[in-house]
Amino acid sequence: MSLGYVVSLLYQYVDTLAFLLLAALGLMIILGVVNVINLAHGELIMMGAYIATLTYNRAHLPLPVCMVLSSIGVGLFGMLLERFVIRRFYDDKLGALVATWGVSLILSQGTLLVFGPSMQSVPLPAWTFSYGDYSFGGYRLVLFVIAIAAVLIAWWIFYYTRLGVRTRATMQNADMARALGVDTRHIYLLTFGAGSALAGLTGALYAPTTTIVPLMGSQFVDVAFITVVIGGGSNPIVGALTSAALLSLIATPLSSTLGTFSGRIGLLIAALVVIRFLPRGISGYFQDVRYRHMARVAS
Amino acid sequence: MAREYTGFWRVLNGPQEIGRGPVFWCLFAFLALGLLAYPFFGSVFALSNLANFCLYIPMGLGLALLWGYNGVLSFGQGAFFAIAGYVYGIIAGNLLDIPGGTLLAAVGGIAASAAIAAAFGYLVFYGQVSNWIIPLLLLVLSLILETFMAQTAGYQWRVGSVLLGGYNGMTNVPSLEIGSANFGGASIAFYYLVVALMLITYLGLRLLVNSHYGHVVVGIRDDVERTRMLGYNVALIQIQVFVVAAALAGLSGILYVSWGNYINPSSMGLLAATLPVIWTAVGGRSSLLAVLLSTVTLRWVADTLAVRGGEYAFLVMGILLLVTMLFFPAGIVVTLARRWLHQKSMYRDLKQNGAP
Repeated sequence: MSLGYVVSLLYQYVDTLAFLLLAALGLMIILGVVNVINLAHGELIMMGAYIATLTYNRAHLPLPVCMVLSSIGVGLFGMLLERFVIRRFYDDKLGALVATWGVSLILSQGTLLVFGPSMQSVPLPAWTFSYGDYSFGGYRLVLFVIAIAAVLIAWWIFYYTRLGVRTRATMQNADMARALGVDTRHIYLLTFGAGSALAGLTGALYAPTTTIVPLMGSQFVDVAFITVVIGGGSNPIVGALTSAALLSLIATPLSSTLGTFSGRIGLLIAALVVIRFLPRGISGYFQDVRYRHMARVAS
Repeated sequence: MAREYTGFWRVLNGPQEIGRGPVFWCLFAFLALGLLAYPFFGSVFALSNLANFCLYIPMGLGLALLWGYNGVLSFGQGAFFAIAGYVYGIIAGNLLDIPGGTLLAAVGGIAASAAIAAAFGYLVFYGQVSNWIIPLLLLVLSLILETFMAQTAGYQWRVGSVLLGGYNGMTNVPSLEIGSANFGGASIAFYYLVVALMLITYLGLRLLVNSHYGHVVVGIRDDVERTRMLGYNVALIQIQVFVVAAALAGLSGILYVSWGNYINPSSMGLLAATLPVIWTAVGGRSSLLAVLLSTVTLRWVADTLAVRGGEYAFLVMGILLLVTMLFFPAGIVVTLARRWLHQKSMYRDLKQNGAP
């Protein structure tokens, strides 16, 4: 096994990790704070890709500007969605699942009707480097850096700002937070907007790497759902990081030796096994351990 | 309840279903007789179409049992439908010369769906996961299965003498045959088979949900912890209900393949997974009757719209689902029925007690 092969595996690992993190982080933050699953997440990603592609191809803006625009656009759309749909399902997770599923159908089929089955995509920035016999796309590393930056920014907001304190208070005990003057509805609205903006950013970032079709959301959501299930919503950031790291560890060798399909099957089996033992996901397990520790210290 | 029923009738008329009393049963008998008499005046084309709409009823009713009565949402009914269809096609295609081969294939197809459901159910229900995880994982299962089946094109993907067919699907699947009767899609025999299975499924599930077991199933929906504390093995019952729902979806799948002699991967994909959920939600998941009616109606609506393009049909279904969830969370048929029953009881009060 040459060093080049190891570097190539590492590159694949980093690539998968970035994909899982970007696809799942927004969904997971929404689950953790608002306590609903947004099944239209894939369609929000698709929307991000469409906005980026349209602004790039029709308005000829520079690519980074297009990406920022699609992030903002999808974030605003997410806030509308929260205000008019999600708000009715705060205490009904299955209801929220089914309602957002209707939204996802409307978005994907509506896009199919308006823009047709496919669209000219954005050219991939042609940065490459090589190591040994292998050559790599530099854009993938940029994606990884952005994914890590997104996690760090979320971490900073959660733990080092007043907004983060209010958000964590809402997560821990919404009634108590409300009694102490936190506008939890406002927190939910902002969180849903932020999660949607992350989805839009993900779509825009991956727009150059895939074909732009109305059903492209589904290639993001299957891995995103598994990441969310394994991570759990108790602590979105820890959950997303640990679960994405574990899953890419499983998927990378499987898909590089046996193909992408085996990689996905491996992920599903991993999810089933993990929830058999940790029904609330990795972050739920950490939370249980911490509470048990606190109880022991207190007594 | 003014009337006292005993035994079988008491269970059949139990509280877990709207539509009780003589008026309902007269209408029901009238409808059933109408369906049975339809072949004497309907054209072959109309019969075949109606059979196609009705063959989805077991799948819809299975989801009503699972989601409406047991509180477990599933986006995997499409997958169980297609698994049974494919397994049926594989077995029937290999046993072409053996009498009763298709019957064996039907049993094999349903058993395959039930077995996969049991394995999946074991992992999630004994894990006591939160209720939102199950639909998500089933959605992922559907997506993975669709991706897998779509790439099985070519001669190397065959089981015995049957080609899996990749994205184009499996073709020339033999129809069900029992003895000398052939249940092809355009035959009157198939129509009667579908009507009989639909009535048996409806009445059977109605008995099930109103039995003692059914009350435990509903108890789990209303409060899992309390039911567990009362000493019931919640996970086991949930697995059983899940397997029954999967087997019913499999039954629909086999009827579908027998009707069209054809199945393709999109029947287990994302869009197929949504349809049973839409029928159940729009009709009203807490009533088998409502789901039965909405399944046939929405199949008809989708079929009519699909002439203009599949995307219109799915767009309308999506809008219908969203509107139902926002404004009729109990389902449209159930909401209307409850309103009607409420008005009727008010009218009766008025007659008994005089004007207020």
